[in-house]
Amino acid sequence: MREGVTEISHKVFDLHMLILWVCIAIGVVVFGVMFWSMFAYRKSRGAKASKFHESTTVEIIWTAIPFVILIGMAIPATGTLIEMYDTNDSEIDIKITGYQWKWRYDYLKEDFGYFSVMETHQDELYNRAEKGEHYLLDVDEPVVVPVGKKIRFLVTAADVIHSWWVPDIAVKRDAIPGYINESWTRIDTPGTYRGQCTELCGKDHGFMPVVVKAVEQAEYDEWVLAKQEKAKEEFELQSKEWTLAELTERGEAVYAKNCAGCHQANGQGLPPTFPSLVGQGLAVGAIEAHAEIVIKGSPGTSMPAFGGQLSDVDIAAVVTYERNAWGNDLGDMLEPKDVSGLK
Amino acid sequence: MSANYESYYVPEQSKWPIIATVGLFLLMYGLGSVLVDQTGGADTQTSWIVFSVGAAIMVFMFFGWFGAVAKESMSGMYSSQMDRSFRWGMAWFIFSEVMFFSAFFGALFYARFLAVPWLGGAGDGAMNTLLWPEFQAAWPLMTNPNPELFPGPTKTVDPWHIPLLNTVLLLASSVTLTIAHHAIKKDKRAQVIIWTALTVLLGAVFIGYQVYEYYLAYTELNLTMDSGIYGTTFYLLTGFHGVHVTLGAIILLVILIRYMFGHFSAKSHFGFEAASWYWHFVDVVWLALFVFVYVI
Amino acid sequence: MSAVIDSHHHDDHHHGPAKGFTRWLYTTNHKDIGSMYLWFSFTMFLLGGCMALVIRAELFEPGLQIVAPNFFNQMTTMHGLIMVFGAVMPAFVGLANWLIPMMVGAPDMALPRMNNWSFWILPFAFSLMVSTLFMEGGGPNFGWTFYAPLSTTYAPPSVTFFIFAVHMMGISSIMGAINVIATILNMRAPGMTMMKMPMFVWSWLITAFLLIAVMPVLAGVVTMMLTDIHFGTSFFKPEGGGDPVLFQHVFWFFGHPEVYIMILPAFGIVSQIIPTFSRKPLFGYASMVYATASIAVLSFLVWAHHMFTVGMPLAGELFFMYATMLIAVPTGVKVFNWVSTMFKGSLTFETPMLFSVAFVILFTIGGFSGLMLAMAPADFQYHDTYFVVAHFHYVLVPGAIFSIFAAAYYWLPKWTGYMYDETLGKLHFWLSFIGVNLTFFPMHFVGLAGMPRRIPDYALQFADFNMVASIGAFLFGTTQLLFLFIVLKCVKGGKRATASVWEGAEGLEWTIPSPAPYHTFATPPKVN
Ligand code: HEA
Ligand code: HEA
Ligand code: CUA
Ligand SMILES: [Cu+2]
Repeated sequence: MREGVTEISHKVFDLHMLILWVCIAIGVVVFGVMFWSMFAYRKSRGAKASKFHESTTVEIIWTAIPFVILIGMAIPATGTLIEMYDTNDSEIDIKITGYQWKWRYDYLKEDFGYFSVMETHQDELYNRAEKGEHYLLDVDEPVVVPVGKKIRFLVTAADVIHSWWVPDIAVKRDAIPGYINESWTRIDTPGTYRGQCTELCGKDHGFMPVVVKAVEQAEYDEWVLAKQEKAKEEFELQSKEWTLAELTERGEAVYAKNCAGCHQANGQGLPPTFPSLVGQGLAVGAIEAHAEIVIKGSPGTSMPAFGGQLSDVDIAAVVTYERNAWGNDLGDMLEPKDVSGLK
Repeated sequence: MSANYESYYVPEQSKWPIIATVGLFLLMYGLGSVLVDQTGGADTQTSWIVFSVGAAIMVFMFFGWFGAVAKESMSGMYSSQMDRSFRWGMAWFIFSEVMFFSAFFGALFYARFLAVPWLGGAGDGAMNTLLWPEFQAAWPLMTNPNPELFPGPTKTVDPWHIPLLNTVLLLASSVTLTIAHHAIKKDKRAQVIIWTALTVLLGAVFIGYQVYEYYLAYTELNLTMDSGIYGTTFYLLTGFHGVHVTLGAIILLVILIRYMFGHFSAKSHFGFEAASWYWHFVDVVWLALFVFVYVI
Repeated sequence: MSAVIDSHHHDDHHHGPAKGFTRWLYTTNHKDIGSMYLWFSFTMFLLGGCMALVIRAELFEPGLQIVAPNFFNQMTTMHGLIMVFGAVMPAFVGLANWLIPMMVGAPDMALPRMNNWSFWILPFAFSLMVSTLFMEGGGPNFGWTFYAPLSTTYAPPSVTFFIFAVHMMGISSIMGAINVIATILNMRAPGMTMMKMPMFVWSWLITAFLLIAVMPVLAGVVTMMLTDIHFGTSFFKPEGGGDPVLFQHVFWFFGHPEVYIMILPAFGIVSQIIPTFSRKPLFGYASMVYATASIAVLSFLVWAHHMFTVGMPLAGELFFMYATMLIAVPTGVKVFNWVSTMFKGSLTFETPMLFSVAFVILFTIGGFSGLMLAMAPADFQYHDTYFVVAHFHYVLVPGAIFSIFAAAYYWLPKWTGYMYDETLGKLHFWLSFIGVNLTFFPMHFVGLAGMPRRIPDYALQFADFNMVASIGAFLFGTTQLLFLFIVLKCVKGGKRATASVWEGAEGLEWTIPSPAPYHTFATPPKVN
């Protein structure tokens, strides 16, 4: 097991080593007796079977001894567990929401949030390109936290159950839709720590990594400021006048990040589960219906509702892109300001 | 174990089990197809046919199989040991039913004492108010966390009208059945017939009221299967119980008819006893329902 | 399985099996039904094994090579379901059918026609389940634990058929278990008191009780899924006041006893075999009985150890941690008793004994990792990684499956009347032993290093051990074809088996000729 970088993770590691050694010790004794019997009392060596077959005393002894050993293991385990559950007095609250198949982080006190999506390229997955060092474990935007601060995670999900895990800080919490689970950490060493979703959540369960970047306080403050700034800018984009070219350009990026996993980069999809968007269906039909399925999703299918995940600008952009890519040259566009009306 | 071992009847080959399997399969496959078609917006006619064929085979099978057993029993092929096998079989079957209901009672308790309070921000769920800021935990739950998707009921069911009446009905039916049981042991034919028939009748009236209650719930209380966890537990628990009462009444009716044809004697009437065990079990489930679903 | 009518026993029925396929379709004979269960189980084992090989092939190296992620999930799900419900459970029921009447001196199972029904439901249920793979939207892809809402709101339409397949399996298991209980409680020969029953019978009595107690709960939870999907109920929907975690509680209330359903009969088998080849009575028979019963009782109180990370309140977490750890005590008693049985015996190592000894060792290793998982704080790191996969394969494959192999070799001569090929048997054992460890031991390491389970692709640091595991899986898999060959060869012929077959074997089944006559004990034997 990884030893990790927090006090808790060290304790968990010690507990792990403790039980491991206890088990090995018991194993040595039990298997020792067994191998000795197998060696010394073979019939081929002329062993004659004794007839004893009962002894209440030894039964009691070997009920009691494991019991005592277990108590010895339970005590440190209880202590560690109680500590893990103490989420009081946190300095930073991060709400983590699992989506199929990405994570959203909301900094509650600082009042901004963003999605974090796996960055590994499809070509690497399908062995068409060399796999990078952090194959499957890279995201576009990691969670950034300062070292030495108690950080509370409020974990939940928007669709199915996910589980947020970073081995190095020994935090694993299930993200349950409709409920919030709490956990916390305090990281000692700056660095980048990687984990993955650990609850089967559908097709791309294997492709929603978690990356935590622990930095010094100053760097963190700077990052927060930049994020807040960016959030404001995004907000202003809403009222901007967009041209078709601007929207399609932005839409291409949004598409690659959110849609290409199912509908594929070339828009052909993987029918029947993931329909093609090229020259058929809603993507070349009425623009309102097209926008609506993007916003509200299609219940009972794998198409999620993006209304709560993407900004109005991004929804407008991606819809516009889909209508003007891969030979779908409809030439029309969805204005960001029209999106809120469709929600 | 000082039983008589002289001969345990091992039946010859039998075609009923495989018929029962095919019936069960078609029934379940048909029902599944109906549901899938309906949800997918497809035509359900073929699926209904499959389902009905399965159901028909099952009915045919029950008559055939139990008919065979009845015949064997009456021709004296069964020993008292055989009788005990049936008793164990029935007893453990009822135990399995108890566990089936336990799952639903467990769901009710969990939802009521843990899930709903947590949703409302109790205990470890303190931060849940982030997700459902408007939501107030209460039971019965009238306003769901998401009232748009799941509009709650406007009123709850009043336990002291139909449910109370139904409790009295079922309790009475247990008494009448016990009287019939005593009568069968004393070979008082007329009494057996009257009291068993009365039991079936009470069961039927119970079902009638239950249906009426559902009707009222749907039309006047706005309490439906889709009205959140309260409606969910209410209908599933009372519904499965209702199905069991219906089954129990049918079984009793069959037993009654068999009695009239002279299938049971004062000494040997396991069929009757099995049916009455089942009936008492259903009765006890109702008492638990009355307390936990309606009153508390 | 050829049947010879035995002339020593007075037989009321005076006939052997019927001819043709109706023998199998209409049979009420516990031996026929037992054989059908065993063959069915082996077929399912190969099918589930092939799915495991698809998984292992995809995981041979990083990247997406062979199957798409969604199909991979279907393979994982089906593999788990088929192995658990199709391979292990029917195999044990098959053994129960064959052995319990012979061991307690009964003419047959208590309710022979229902016995036939229990069996025949299975092929139909599994056809339905496997056919979902070919339906639109694919088969179940939500893991064998089918957590809501992935298995309800977000599931493919075929989930409805999956639910009904589970219902059918449940009906079959409950009826099978009722039959076993009724047989054991009511059909024992005079003098066969409860505390004289062979351990296999005891362990099945307790297993049957577990089955009747928890299969209805499984039926209940899939019914809740069904109404959530089709009738608008909100058991697992927080929007309506439900809770997805409710699903897990109900499922694991079934699921944990279920894993003991898959191991208690194995304990019983090993408790038969080790004394035979140690030529020494089982050590601590009474304590074995009590230990088995305690495991069964405790198994109802530990379910939430599968849910340490769902965010239970601290008190719940602690309760389930302590209760789970307690199970190590009675299980330890069993292990110690087996070792003591071997101690100062006169040991030989025929194939059944080899499998049994390997069972004790490797099951204990699996038990140790189980105990590690039981430590809630440590489980935060283990949960849903390959460490868990390693744990349960150690208790299931060299646990349950090895015990089934051991049982097959041990009783094959009694069933067929011929000895199996001992050399090939030993070869089968050694290849299996190596294959199993090669497959599942490395999984401990990748799990501890942080590889989640149920993923079609993994990060580069896990590559080496995964390759080893895949190679091991193919070795172990191919070896099982050898087993098929050995069994077929033994059915066809070979050295004649004597009535008692093994030198140290004790019990009623060894007093009747080999092969066991079609009807045994029409008049009950005397036991003293
Ligand atoms: C045959 C099946 C079987 C058996 C017998 C067991 C036995 C045990 N299991 Fe296992 N388990 C599974 C099948 C089984 N399990 C499966 C299938 C899963 C995964 C399900 C899924 O998620 O898909 C699982 C998962 C699982 C988990 C959840 C892990 C997770 O998802 O995070 C846990 C946690 O506590 C656990 C614990 C245990 C324990 C404590 C035992 C104990 O019974 C073991 C007791 C035995 C011993 C301890 C060894 C012998 C004892 C001695 C020699 C005495 C002395 C020892 C000491 C004092 C240490 N198991
Ligand atoms: C008793 C139960 C049992 C058994 C016996 C096995 C046996 C095996 N299992 Fe397991 N497995 C489970 C129960 C079992 N499993 C469960 C419950 C899960 C969890 C599922 C979930 O997550 O939902 C699981 C999950 C699981 C995983 C994790 C998948 C994932 O998380 O994505 C893996 C990965 O390696 C695996 C591998 C294997 C292998 C290699 C075997 C080998 O022992 C198999 C041996 C192979 C064969 C027997 C094949 C023989 C056949 C041939 C050689 C071809 C012959 C062909 C013809 C006759 C036509 N299994
Ligand atoms: Cu998200 Cu797995
Ligand atoms: Cu368990």
